Amino acid sequence: MSKLVQQQDLEFLLNTVFSAEALTQYERYADYDQEAFTSVLDTARRIAETHFLPHNAKADAHEPQFDGEHVTTIPEVKTAWQHYAESGLLSARHGYADGGMQLPALISMACNAYFMAANPATAAYPFLTSAAANVIHAFAAEAQKHAFLEPMFSGRFAGTMALTEPDVGSSLGDLTTKATPHDDGSYRLKGQKMYISGGDQDITENIVHLVLARIEGAPAGVKGISMFIVPKFLVDEQGQCTERNDVKLAGLLHKMGYRGTTSTVLSFGEQGACVGYLVGEAGHGLSYMFKMMNEARVGVGLGAAMIGYRGYLESLAYAKDRPQGRRATNRDPATKPVAIIEHADVRRMLLQQKAYVEGSLALCLLAARLVDEHEAGGNAESGILLDLLTPVVKSYPSFYGPRANDLAIQVLGGAGYIREYPVEQCYRDNRLNPIHEGTHGIQGLDLLGRKLWQHEGKGLKLLLERIQVTLNAATKHSELRETVALYQSALKPFMTTTVELGQSLLSGKAEETLANASVYLDIMGKYVVGWLWLEMASKALEQDDLAAEFVQGKLQAARYFMRWELPEAELHLKRLQAGDDTFLATKPEWL
Amino acid sequence: MKILVAVKRVIDYNVKVRVKADQSDVDLSNVKMALNPFCEIAVEEAVRLKEKGVAEEVVVVSIGPKACQEQIRTALALGADRGIHVESDVAPDSLAVAKILNKIVAEEAPQLVILGKQSIDSDNNQTGQMLAALADMPQGTFASEVVVDGDKVQVTREVDGGLQTVELTLPAIVTTDLRLNEPRYASLPNIMKAKRKPLGVKTPDELGVSIDSKVSVLKVEAPAERSAGVKVADIAELVEKLKNEAKVL
Ligand SMILES: Cc1cc2nc3c(=O)[nH]c(=O)nc-3n(C[C@H](O)[C@H](O)[C@H](O)COP(=O)(O)OP(=O)(O)OC[C@H]3O[C@@H](n4cnc5c(N)ncnc54)[C@H](O)[C@@H]3O)c2cc1C
Repeated sequence: MSKLVQQQDLEFLLNTVFSAEALTQYERYADYDQEAFTSVLDTARRIAETHFLPHNAKADAHEPQFDGEHVTTIPEVKTAWQHYAESGLLSARHGYADGGMQLPALISMACNAYFMAANPATAAYPFLTSAAANVIHAFAAEAQKHAFLEPMFSGRFAGTMALTEPDVGSSLGDLTTKATPHDDGSYRLKGQKMYISGGDQDITENIVHLVLARIEGAPAGVKGISMFIVPKFLVDEQGQCTERNDVKLAGLLHKMGYRGTTSTVLSFGEQGACVGYLVGEAGHGLSYMFKMMNEARVGVGLGAAMIGYRGYLESLAYAKDRPQGRRATNRDPATKPVAIIEHADVRRMLLQQKAYVEGSLALCLLAARLVDEHEAGGNAESGILLDLLTPVVKSYPSFYGPRANDLAIQVLGGAGYIREYPVEQCYRDNRLNPIHEGTHGIQGLDLLGRKLWQHEGKGLKLLLERIQVTLNAATKHSELRETVALYQSALKPFMTTTVELGQSLLSGKAEETLANASVYLDIMGKYVVGWLWLEMASKALEQDDLAAEFVQGKLQAARYFMRWELPEAELHLKRLQAGDDTFLATKPEWL
Repeated sequence: MKILVAVKRVIDYNVKVRVKADQSDVDLSNVKMALNPFCEIAVEEAVRLKEKGVAEEVVVVSIGPKACQEQIRTALALGADRGIHVESDVAPDSLAVAKILNKIVAEEAPQLVILGKQSIDSDNNQTGQMLAALADMPQGTFASEVVVDGDKVQVTREVDGGLQTVELTLPAIVTTDLRLNEPRYASLPNIMKAKRKPLGVKTPDELGVSIDSKVSVLKVEAPAERSAGVKVADIAELVEKLKNEAKVL
């Protein structure tokens, strides 16, 4: 059994729920077939199992070190990076002409799932590099691509995204790092960035920082922000690294989890000589970065889902193996104790995890499918739906992944709390996810304040259409009667309240409405994942070669979701509908 | 020099194997299949010999249902040049496989034939040896090192007492042991390139081989469940248990 993901589940999601093979009808993916997808996934799984998983705990126990001059990471990280790079995965999504493999987003997402489950901290280096490379590919000038993109694709250079500053996190419009034009057309940067993942390391020859900064005299706020490429080492015409740029590691940060990834404070231009190259047009920095961030956000959702998944599998195996106690009806101490999975309360904790993590994985794969439909299939509506769902894809797994890990710890009891077992690390690693790439709160504001109403609210309409298709199919299965009915009856209050919240925003009650934005984000997450559970259950019933237990597992998790999770959302909807002001009315002085 | 590598499609080593309810066989419905790990090592060795300039061409052959072509493609993605699929919906036994391979050897005239020492599904460890007898070629089995030197090949064999090195005159048969090499995985570009490499299909009939088996499987049983371990207080108790309960001392 793989420790990373249930193979049968992943295959079911890819092949049955998200019809991977149908993607080969798109011209961009025409060279692929089912067999090639399987081979690619096998390669990813193998690298993840042999070069990422084995040092997950070691990288956690041996954080990167900084002696004032150099950073050292454990050597396994570099080996893992090399294997990842050699496999071609760094550029896999790109076109053949750019040295890529035109791999569908769906398959790429599934490959990443293995790495996230195996070792999220080491996986952060290649994932950040891919994301940074995508921005350079989309917005940088040819010469910049030549100098930086190819070495990033081949694994010689790594990439980072440098937005956050010591005094500016969520409110990026306030950032202060300065850029001054230089005679040769480049810029000189000055300022400090904080929490920059992979900001320094000893893994690659060079590091390409994508830095957000303000050009001298630029307007205040978001419109004054530009993006710069700032390499650790300058690169000559032949692509060789030359002198050290004036970017200095001020120090490493020491984290709760994700310890294998360096978290850095970086000083740009302490000597006044930090060379940066403007990407695209001045003033567009944040919108360029959002391209990367939207992808990165889906990536965060996936990481959260997979760390949750890993904990689920660990706790499931433990529960089958750990003898403790007897059935409530058995008082005979001479009988053998049962495995703890025989206790209903333990099964509750496992089923809940299953509902969160398999639901989260389905959600991330849906996002990837939408990317394919939009980018390779030219389906504009899929793009609109993806825009709407992105905050949910980031946030639902980030919120429920750590909850799943919390339950995994509980299943193991004392063993869950000690470092000899992997689940406490899962929890610590996963706890990052609601914080970075836009906090949970910021995602809530983005969803309720912006995303819902973009494209004249079309995203929501498209979502409902898809839900309706699922409901129509699911209704045909008598096994799903109750589950469908519960979902259907919950749908109406969701719609009415959403419309009312929109009206309330329109009538100028922004503060009142947005006060509960993250509650709304959670509600929406439950409706979307509930829909996916219906879809999974219904598709599982329709496919006849699945193992009976597998189908029953999907049905039961869907049942659990509608009976226990969705009613929570309904309750919260009632509070929102009543215009609840508990949080708004709480005065700072009372706290 | 041309190298022929025989590869087998088997149940993936990660899969928890289940026996069919009627005990007629292992349940293969809807389980993940893969290249037999020993065969993967055989492919790797051949590809390395090619990379070293020792071999010019690596041909892989697999016998079985159409789905075997997946494993041939895997071998092509690992660096083999050409595939031969001998299509047969009946699973042939070792002797039938050896007979078919013998025909392919006659047609292809390879200097070296590399096989896995056994397949992880049936664990017979005999196909290579049978092929050597049929093709009248010398054999170096359980190889942990293979060095080609002119018209000779030196094979270091993993035997019970340690290592034995034999020298064979080419053409020869080599079967691989686990420590021979660490196989690579297929990179994405190579997976896509493999799709364009030639893959020919033949049937046992065309080769004039009957695959009727002289061996029939009577019954397949799952191994007994491992019983839970016990903690012993001290060495004395351990020795006592090993003597009287496990009866191994
Ligand atoms: C391990 C790690 C890795 C990171 N990697 C990177 C990286 O590679 N690059 C990078 O640029 N950054 C990175 N970050 C920074 C990360 O993106 C920020 O921490 C995050 O955006 C939050 O900013 P902050 O920490 O300043 O918190 P703050 O913005 O101070 O937020 C604190 C709290 O206030 C809430 N809040 C803030 N503003 C509002 C508002 N307007 N309305 C309602 N609530 C609000 C937030 O939701 C949060 O709960 C990383 C952080 C960590 C911990």
